[in-house]
Amino acid sequence: MASVGEEIILDLQKQSLRDVNRSLHENSPGLAGHSIQILHPAGHHSVAAGVNVAAHIEVQGHVGYYAAGMNRQAKITIDGNAGCGLAENMMSGQVRVKGNASTCAGATAQGGLLIIEGNAASRCGISLKGADIVVGGSVGHMSGFMAQAGRLVVCGDAGHGLGDSLYEAVIYVRGELHGLGADAEQQDMTDEDVAQLERLLAAAEFSHKPQDFKRIGSARTLYHWNPDADLEY
Amino acid sequence: MSHRPLNLEESASYNRNVIEYIHLAAERGVYDIRGLGAKRQLPSLDDLVFLTASASRYPLEGYREKCETKTVLGHHRAERPIELEIPITIAGMSFGSLSANTKEAIGRAATEMGTSTTTGDGGMTPEERESSKTLVYQCLPSRYGFNPEDVLKADAIEIVLGQGAKPGGGGMLLGQKISPRVAGMRTLPEGIDQRSACRHPDWTGPDDLAIKIEELREITDWQIPIYVKLGATRVKDDVKLAVKAGADVVVMDGMQGGTAATQQVFIEHSGIPTLPAIRLAREALEEMRVSEQVQLIVSGGIRTGADVAKALALGADAVAIGPGVLMALGCNSSHWADHGEMVDATAEYAQLGVQPGYCHHCQSGLCPVGITTQDEQLEKRLDPTWGARRLKNYLQVMNMELTTLARACGKSNVHHLEPEDLVALTVEAAAMAKVPLAGTDWIPGERGHG
Repeated sequence: MASVGEEIILDLQKQSLRDVNRSLHENSPGLAGHSIQILHPAGHHSVAAGVNVAAHIEVQGHVGYYAAGMNRQAKITIDGNAGCGLAENMMSGQVRVKGNASTCAGATAQGGLLIIEGNAASRCGISLKGADIVVGGSVGHMSGFMAQAGRLVVCGDAGHGLGDSLYEAVIYVRGELHGLGADAEQQDMTDEDVAQLERLLAAAEFSHKPQDFKRIGSARTLYHWNPDADLEY
Repeated sequence: MSHRPLNLEESASYNRNVIEYIHLAAERGVYDIRGLGAKRQLPSLDDLVFLTASASRYPLEGYREKCETKTVLGHHRAERPIELEIPITIAGMSFGSLSANTKEAIGRAATEMGTSTTTGDGGMTPEERESSKTLVYQCLPSRYGFNPEDVLKADAIEIVLGQGAKPGGGGMLLGQKISPRVAGMRTLPEGIDQRSACRHPDWTGPDDLAIKIEELREITDWQIPIYVKLGATRVKDDVKLAVKAGADVVVMDGMQGGTAATQQVFIEHSGIPTLPAIRLAREALEEMRVSEQVQLIVSGGIRTGADVAKALALGADAVAIGPGVLMALGCNSSHWADHGEMVDATAEYAQLGVQPGYCHHCQSGLCPVGITTQDEQLEKRLDPTWGARRLKNYLQVMNMELTTLARACGKSNVHHLEPEDLVALTVEAAAMAKVPLAGTDWIPGERGHG
């Protein structure tokens, strides 16, 4: 690992992915508060996966699948596009992608904030379990599928099947809705919604007005497989 | 008016079970959900017998000569492979479907016998991590309770693509089992029926699976093995794709595998029995020339030491057991133990509409013996110490039966059992297992055998 002052440089042209990730894991206690540059990611999968330290990691280029997967504490910025499963199962910290994200961004994420400055493809926020996601552009079809908790903010349009089989997660969309999924419904915005949106948009550094968003929540008609069965099944 | 003579000729197509099914469907408008596994008669390991030693083979002395049972899994890539004293492991069963006491009893018994236990949908509880020396952490489509802290506490990770009782189907934990603790672990409201998805949320095919496996290896720094669990359907294709994706261990769960809750139509009408699944999985590994690198665990209807021995002879490196574990803990028993005193539970069985020996109401959360429940009072009926002792005994008996058969076949290591040690009692079993029909050299479907 090369150090330049407080900044640490990890170069995927010179080191294997396994070495880069292992050094981020094994040196965690000493990395807190440091800035780390990961150079030449060249579409590698699993870049900065499993990190657990309050460091600022900047990835200089495009990444493949599962970048920042299962992130804890770290603030990770990707200066490029991201492949499938960006920040999947994130627990805490922040992940920002300056470009676009492929399918399943933020899948099952339990905490922290995921910011996608461009567009996100289908199934963004699938099975979301408590994290917040802010997408600067649009999201593809079936986004928020079976999302359990947390918030998905879409500053552009949302593809069809949005929020299908939604549980307690909430989706906010500023642009056009191309169709809601099963059990998803448009609901009235509350003061609490506006406050949460203000906070998330400010954290993502977007200047949209919360009042321009629509709220999508669960109609809760799928919460019981057969409500008439009186527990006989 | 003269009475006609009573005619009780039952229809084979529309027997009393089918009529009851139609009546219930007409009355309720929903299908049946239940636990356990397939109840119908299926070709099984019971249809095979061992050709133990005689003049042409030399047996080992049953009580004096050593018969090795040590089993190593996932040694090809992982820096810390799984090392077990016996080849009988505990299959994945969730906290949620099972009580915390049950999970603890399972962990304690498995640890005493030197084998592994497995989490399930819903995550890892501190009780089972503490009580289990070797714990396999399941990564399921729902990802309920799946987190990096527990990934790093696991001794192996099992990516579940399906299970034998319901291949291609997701799961359902009904609201009556969603206690505050279960709901909290799954990040869902209490009391709702929790659906578990049938597909993983962040990958969609075998090429993606390879990348997912690599991610889990990166997160765990390549320390622990990655298993892939499959429900037995297109076994050869599925095993080959799992191996190509990078699985260290393939877990093949046959049609007789158990479940805590799924649609009856799944349990009885999908997947193939364990008997052919073992042989097909082993053939797939051999065709890929990875038998030395990738291990095979077989589950689904493994109940006795004889089943274990036959599974190993057909090509399994280890087996996993589920319903048998619960029965050892008292499932379907007429009594439960209260500080050593046996208490009759038949009245509670009657409330479920069954008698001990017939119960499959794991989905109800009203388990009369306190195993498949989250009810605070019912779960106290299983004392973890009492349960652990019974399960240890059961595992011990299975292992003794396994080594008894292996020694009688002349094997000093249970992993030396081979198909040549077996013959089949039925034409179907001979065709499925590809061992000769007893008393013949006929293997249906084999070239030159017609």
